[in-house]
Amino acid sequence: MTLDSKIPAGRLEDKWTSYQAKSHLINPANKKKLNILVVGSGLAGAGAAATLAELGYEVQCFCYQDSARRAHSVAAQGGINAAKNYQHDGDSVWRMFYDTLKGGDFRSREANTYRLAELSAPLIDHFVQQGVPFAREYGGVLANRSFGGVQVQRTFYARGQTGQQLLLAAYSQLSKMIRAKKVEMLARHEVLDIVVIKGKAKGVIARDLATGEIKRFAADAVVLATGGYSRVFRLSTLAIGCNGSAIWKAHKRGAYFAAPSFTQIHPTALPQTSESQSKLTLMSESLRNDGRIWVPKKEDDNRQAKDIPEEERDYYLERRYPSFGNLAPRDIASRAAKERIDAGYGVGQLKNAVYLDFKHAIKKLGKDVIQDKYGNLFSMYEKITGINAYEEPMKISPAAHFSMGGLWVDYELMTSIPGLYAIGECNYSDHGANRLGANSLLQTSIDGYFILPNTINNYLEGELKETRPDVNHPEFVKVEDEVKSQIGKILAINGHRTTDDFHRELGKVMWQECAMSRNKKGLQKAILQIKEIKDAFWKEVKVTGYDNEMNPELEKALRLADFIELAILMCTDALERNESCGAHFREEYQTEDGEAMRNDEDYKYVSVWEYDAGDFKLHKEVLEFEYVQPTVRSYK
Amino acid sequence: MKITFKIWRQEGANSEGSLKTYDIDGLTEDMSFLEALDHLNERLVLKGEKVVAFDHDCREGICGQCGVFINGRAHGPHDHMTTCQLHMRSFKDGDIIVVEPYRAGAFPVIKDLVVDRTAFDRIIEQGAYITAKTGTAAEANAILIPKEVADSSMDVAACIGCGACVATCKNASAALFTSAKINHLNKLPQGHPEAHKRVLDMTNQMAIENFGSCTFTAACEVECPAGISISSIAEMNARYIKAKLFE
Repeated sequence: MTLDSKIPAGRLEDKWTSYQAKSHLINPANKKKLNILVVGSGLAGAGAAATLAELGYEVQCFCYQDSARRAHSVAAQGGINAAKNYQHDGDSVWRMFYDTLKGGDFRSREANTYRLAELSAPLIDHFVQQGVPFAREYGGVLANRSFGGVQVQRTFYARGQTGQQLLLAAYSQLSKMIRAKKVEMLARHEVLDIVVIKGKAKGVIARDLATGEIKRFAADAVVLATGGYSRVFRLSTLAIGCNGSAIWKAHKRGAYFAAPSFTQIHPTALPQTSESQSKLTLMSESLRNDGRIWVPKKEDDNRQAKDIPEEERDYYLERRYPSFGNLAPRDIASRAAKERIDAGYGVGQLKNAVYLDFKHAIKKLGKDVIQDKYGNLFSMYEKITGINAYEEPMKISPAAHFSMGGLWVDYELMTSIPGLYAIGECNYSDHGANRLGANSLLQTSIDGYFILPNTINNYLEGELKETRPDVNHPEFVKVEDEVKSQIGKILAINGHRTTDDFHRELGKVMWQECAMSRNKKGLQKAILQIKEIKDAFWKEVKVTGYDNEMNPELEKALRLADFIELAILMCTDALERNESCGAHFREEYQTEDGEAMRNDEDYKYVSVWEYDAGDFKLHKEVLEFEYVQPTVRSYK
Repeated sequence: MKITFKIWRQEGANSEGSLKTYDIDGLTEDMSFLEALDHLNERLVLKGEKVVAFDHDCREGICGQCGVFINGRAHGPHDHMTTCQLHMRSFKDGDIIVVEPYRAGAFPVIKDLVVDRTAFDRIIEQGAYITAKTGTAAEANAILIPKEVADSSMDVAACIGCGACVATCKNASAALFTSAKINHLNKLPQGHPEAHKRVLDMTNQMAIENFGSCTFTAACEVECPAGISISSIAEMNARYIKAKLFE
């Protein structure tokens, strides 16, 4: 199969408009005859499910949580970007497009990235209409703040709970369509496999997590909106249930996986304190607007932060990147922190953290202003650590956060399986090798609300002539049997190690070899280690309970089995890319002062992987830059 | 540290449940409460026993999925805190900790500590939205909203839907939850066209779901992780009366 990105012809500014003008439409009476499965109820999933239902399609929406309102979009704190230029500071669609393309180190498509910027302003209009209580100025207009990697103020926010407020708006809109009986919501349902009939996605197999029942769902199209897979590292900023199972199963059924190793390590999470830790809590990047990051100038300094005088502090981001300072992009800020920590300047009990200090901001702006902006983050910090950050600096550390990689999709957000779409974080579309802060809520919302509802018709129009899929088709029976047999196999092992034990082992290998910095030897070793973990898992894991009941231990084991296989692909991908770009930093390819060395000559492509009976075959989508010349990505 | 957990075990919605005792060693003060349950569950697996089912997801206090009764209090010993934010440093070595599911008629137990809170979703479905389709929005700054209005809307919009308010209320009332959503939308100009219908429909659903009535004991506001005040309930009541008068 050849990779057709389906980028419309014409000027960059006109591509989306001309696409919409030419795509096939479906009349309202016919839309009612088509049904769509949406897997996931985050901003992408809920936004898509609600909007598709408003358009007239029959929709079934799945989430593994007890309610659509829990999806992990809820946890995004800082904000959402939009090129409104309300601050009159020189912002524009073009500038936002350029910032995003550059932020991603020129590893995404121009056309996709431009569309993201183009649709950002109407998205803010949409959320305001839906009742999102964004922060306002006294005069009643919307307020903005800055985020990393840009020099304008284009981030809209609702205190430190922007993701929550946007998700609740999407959940509300979804609830409206549930009441209208246009969406059937299937909470506590986890999709375990995709059914492909004659090369087209025609349904899913899901497990009812409350009863253990395995169910078949047929449809005219399937939309995956399952979020990121950084729980592969075990310790991450993600929710415990976040997983890569649906996209991994889709991959094994023929959907190509793009840039799987591009993972964003967030610079400002709370440091790990013990082995038994299950999660790393994020502290919003917005804190870097007013907080200053530093470590002691003296190695292994055991003094309290307050006892270290100004001249003995190293504000290393301000030192290394004077024009962006504390607002350097995430990949750069994370690597800079790792460099200082590895060199022996880390702080905290395990010496694995750096300081984020508000002393200067509080002195300049007053405690009230800081409290108004970040109050909930400071109280969250205190709840978790017991420390009052108004009095002493926060201790922060890098943590696995966002998957830029995901299922390969074309301009229509369709995967390489016709009728199977991937939207939001689970696809690889707009962020390239590094995502800018506050672009995540944006991309996931735009995919769900604006793009998919305008592209899926182009495919479904052709499906009107087809007979409706049926759950008794032999392919449904076959896939269901495979799902049941995998569950049976895991339960039958009855070994001597817990799922968590394996997950910790996998996480350590991935964090060591496939996170902030990578090298050939390490990656080769990691692949072998992960294969050993896989063998051991299928011999030694112990899962108690049964398949026909609520069984959280079984859910965990099924997810981990997929993570282990995905981890092998991630390392394979990182090994193949002999350059450093964005979050992908290969130690062999760096400048003398430790900056990433990109290689456009040989690697100006997206790595697109095809599953090939346990092995992976590489395809290349070469990136054409017609409007922007890739430059050295400098924030100095 | 060593802790004795007394945990509610119940096979399914229609089975009888009881408290089971588990002595567990090797806990540390910086573990979160849910990590302590993870720790217990790993030991149960190795002993060949079924794990304790409990709801949780984000583990950073925002998704609202976690929530159990700990020593007789929703979300444990602290005010305004979710179960996932509770850490073992709040307990002493040798403590006995009693863990139960949320108890409310409208929240039936599914298994062990997991309850069914879909009644909340059905209240939301009765009007916690603006009836406007995607693609119909006007320019965002076309309607000005004073900062105080946006801020006070945000104060109640912060509700995480965990159900602690219901669990802690002697009447199992959902008044705090329902009022928070009604007030969030009704305070904003975008919410005005449907304001009366919203308050009538959502409070009606609250009654259909068998939540109790509010008698203003203020127990809910103590537990609310989002710090929502019971003045929100008073505001809902005022809106209700107004809606009754004008509809």
